[in-house]
Amino acid sequence: MQAFDFVAPTSVDEAISALAAGGGRARPLSGGTDLIAQLQEGRLALDTVVDLKRIPELMAISISGDGLTLGASVACHSINANQAIRDAYPALIDSTHLIGGTQIQGRASLGGNLCNSSPAADSIPNLIAHNVTCHIAGPNGRRSVAVEDFCTAPGRNVLEIGEFLVSLEFPTPPANFGAAYLRFIPRNEMDIAVVGAGASVVLSDDKSTIQSARVALGAVAPTPLFVQEAGDALAGQPVSEETLAKAADLAKAAARPISDMRGTIPQRNHLSAVLTQRALRIAIDRARGTKTVDELGRLNGHG
Amino acid sequence: MAGTKQNGTGNLSANGQNGYKVIGTRPVRPDGVDKVTGRAVYAADVQMTGLLHGFVLRSPHAHANIRSIDTSKAEALPGVRAVVTAADLPEAPDRVEDLGEGAINLKYLSDNILAHEKVLYHGHAVAAVAAINPHIAEEAAALIEVDYELLPPVMTVDDALAEDAPILLETLRTDSMGEIGTEQTNLASFFRHQRGDLDAGLAGAHLVVDRTYRTETVHQGYIEPHAATALHSADGQITIWTSTQGSFAVRGQVCEILKVPVSRLKVVPTEIGGGFGGKINVYVEPVAVLLSEKAGHEPVKVIMSRADVLAATGPTSGSNIRVKIGVDTDGKITAALAELYYEAGAYPGSPVGAAANVSLAPYAIDNLQVDGYDIIVNRPRSAAYRAPGGTNVAFAVESVVDELAEKLGMDPAEFRILNGAKENDRRPDGLQYAQIGQIETVEAIRDSDHYQSPLEGKYRGRGIASGYWNNWGGQSSATAVLNPDGTVNLNEASTDIGGTRASIAMQLAEAMDIEYEQVKARVVDTDTVSYNDVTGGSRTTFATGLAAYNLGQQLLKDMKSRLADQWEVASADVRYEDGTFSAGSESVPFVEAAGLVQREEPLMASSTVHPQDFGPGFSTQCVDIEVDPDTGKITILRYTIAQDVGKAIHPSYVEGQMQGGVAQGIGWAINEEYIYDDEGHLLNASLLDYRMPTALDLPMIETIMVEVPHPAHPYGVRGVGEVNIVPPAGAVANAVYQATGVRMDKLPISPANLLEAMWAREAEAAELVPGDD
Repeated sequence: MQAFDFVAPTSVDEAISALAAGGGRARPLSGGTDLIAQLQEGRLALDTVVDLKRIPELMAISISGDGLTLGASVACHSINANQAIRDAYPALIDSTHLIGGTQIQGRASLGGNLCNSSPAADSIPNLIAHNVTCHIAGPNGRRSVAVEDFCTAPGRNVLEIGEFLVSLEFPTPPANFGAAYLRFIPRNEMDIAVVGAGASVVLSDDKSTIQSARVALGAVAPTPLFVQEAGDALAGQPVSEETLAKAADLAKAAARPISDMRGTIPQRNHLSAVLTQRALRIAIDRARGTKTVDELGRLNGHG
Repeated sequence: MAGTKQNGTGNLSANGQNGYKVIGTRPVRPDGVDKVTGRAVYAADVQMTGLLHGFVLRSPHAHANIRSIDTSKAEALPGVRAVVTAADLPEAPDRVEDLGEGAINLKYLSDNILAHEKVLYHGHAVAAVAAINPHIAEEAAALIEVDYELLPPVMTVDDALAEDAPILLETLRTDSMGEIGTEQTNLASFFRHQRGDLDAGLAGAHLVVDRTYRTETVHQGYIEPHAATALHSADGQITIWTSTQGSFAVRGQVCEILKVPVSRLKVVPTEIGGGFGGKINVYVEPVAVLLSEKAGHEPVKVIMSRADVLAATGPTSGSNIRVKIGVDTDGKITAALAELYYEAGAYPGSPVGAAANVSLAPYAIDNLQVDGYDIIVNRPRSAAYRAPGGTNVAFAVESVVDELAEKLGMDPAEFRILNGAKENDRRPDGLQYAQIGQIETVEAIRDSDHYQSPLEGKYRGRGIASGYWNNWGGQSSATAVLNPDGTVNLNEASTDIGGTRASIAMQLAEAMDIEYEQVKARVVDTDTVSYNDVTGGSRTTFATGLAAYNLGQQLLKDMKSRLADQWEVASADVRYEDGTFSAGSESVPFVEAAGLVQREEPLMASSTVHPQDFGPGFSTQCVDIEVDPDTGKITILRYTIAQDVGKAIHPSYVEGQMQGGVAQGIGWAINEEYIYDDEGHLLNASLLDYRMPTALDLPMIETIMVEVPHPAHPYGVRGVGEVNIVPPAGAVANAVYQATGVRMDKLPISPANLLEAMWAREAEAAELVPGDD
């Protein structure tokens, strides 16, 4: 691994300056679980690494009636250990529990997972299902982007030189809301998603009709894929396997995967439908209060 | 003769069985404390003053001529102490030598260390750097300029044997049963085992099943990457510290490659983090020596990364296999044909020969033919892997056997018992069996709680399969020093991978009728005892154990003789019973005698052995699986292995071997494979994407130790390390058929492959509408 300068600013402005000064050869660091591995393997060469974890805003968790604002560098472990988040956003734990093992979860952050911008990232379809907004700081001030618009290509995103992700904002879940993230991996641990699916629903008060829904897929396109048409097709429909199957077919139609060492095109197309339908089922069960996070943990391979 | 059985892990009693005091107990291993406290020194842990760090530059191409290598920029980088290429290696003769577990052409051996004219696989070593730290070494390697002329890659059996196939090795000619061909070729050798009348046997069959199979390249997956530290002293003496299955095999290979006499090289074995056959060939050891010499006789450590390990060491062959078996109306096999095409990697030497012996070994067959083809391709040079070649061919044979039993309406266990090989039957190559336990392992599975319990539910299935491994004897030497306090230092040179310091010490303790704790076993370097073959072929507890037994006998004989002198009686009148020497009115316990007999002169013993009569091992296994029909993913619900273990010296370590072999076999069956792109680049050289099973992918593996003692060993020991990996792929494939109706004709049975096979079957079923002939 090549030597690099390490900077640890304590304010957003200092971080912006450090990143802007480094140009394309400076990168922010949160947990470093992707960045350091890429540096070690020679996939990335940098002059400067800017650690954001000493900036209070990046490490803050703020949960209230207005929703949840999560600092971009907050470690998955801190999310898993936060009962208020677990109560209000139980489906978020689907992702934070399966990114790495216990030690990795002590470092890895949702912000880092998003900024690494892997098409197969385990948190992004879930963030899309949760309708998250990304808050960005940079030399030209602050701006916000819908999470489904954040990634632009494998490993690329909307961040310009000098910009970094400050926080993720989750709206307050409406009544009768449920969500889920599911991935398919050949083993039961230590794998990258062949396909991932995030889904959320809002049910009617009698919980028989889907008022609105959001569906997103991972590892089937150059970026995590928001499948708006699948959610639209569910809106106003009764909860039934037939309805879910229709949304699953739309997700499959939206997928445009490649064949690689982790999966084939036919397999990924097929799994897009299978996982969408399964994720929707779990989201609906949760909206109805009939499924627990622990059960889902097992489904996702954490026995 | 029926064997005795030990089920599960229950028997933890301090007393052994069958009159043994130590054998059959489960004492703590001598290396245990250091290993669980992190104090044990593995290859990469070796430290010394002035240590330099090496880095190996590897080929980014699968097949290319090397036009030139320019190392000047690397040499100029501050902190760099040495750069070496193949030009620094002595010229190697085109001659075959046996230096480990099988023969190797010395030119190929040298060429695999650092490529000479050509690179033959992605990851082939091309040059190496030594520098004051690993980062500078890596940086310098990137400054080495290699001019390659790209050649088309030859990746599979079919590529290699195609009419116009590119040639990998200019001078290679096919060795066809001793007859050397005249044409350039990628077919290194062909052989045939034949007996009876194959055609007549097949013609007379009531039913014949004829299938072809494909299996992919897989790696041994030892957890510790290869690493070596070398010091080439100014006086010409060389020391290598490395993790290896055979310190003498390292000495032999390095001395041949570097053209130095054995007296100049000492190999010091470190603790080893797994080998499974993959730590017999040398890779970085000669490179570290070259770097040390060139860097001014400073010590150099070279550590392989995980990616290097996967790309450039290990793997075992992918293969194409055809199996054709005929049976009569009673289910007796009338004839069998097996055609084995094994990919050797870049140089000749796939395990196809061993595979041929494994192929039909569990069955008594009068008419058979087994053809073997050793084929070179642009993949890393294949190395031994636990029962080399066995898993591939057993997958094929056991799939056909299962289909035959099904079509006959026979229970698959009964089919195997009806056709099972026993004493005096012959292996495919003609070797006649002494007392063996194949049928006993099938009976153990048939009668097991697992096989007798019902399996219910959709997409669930149960499969069984059998397997054979010949094991090995090999050469061992050891010494024993009697301490005056009644303990014994046991010095042996067999690498301890699976608890052999304990299992060998136990045999010495048993032989001397002393406590296991009185024996201090250690693995010593190549200057300290005489030659030892590798820890491989499941030979160590058998052969080095035999040497330990001899040491015990020798020490007792000498102790009796010295006591006889002191007591002024005939040696034959000194008795040794229950740990006490006696003659007439004289009597002295062992511990006291140890001091008594050494008052005038110290006492030690040495033993060298080369047993030829080693007993083969058999195993039969049963697995229950469930398939997710929407994803093609297999869950292993329950697994039971029965294995003929001869006599279990340390039952926990025998069970560990059985479970370990099954775990690796399951990985081979369901997920492990080398994945290449069209240009021959290895895509999954990481443990993230080379998918070995994790603890969450396996159930507790139930063990049934079937003890059919091996008649040619004082304690009935047979090798137990390898046969357990032979049946799993076949057992899983047969269970997949029961669960889904799909007969898989390839490994791995990964979710993608199984899903596709299930789709193909559905499509076929949809075409066969009722009434349509």
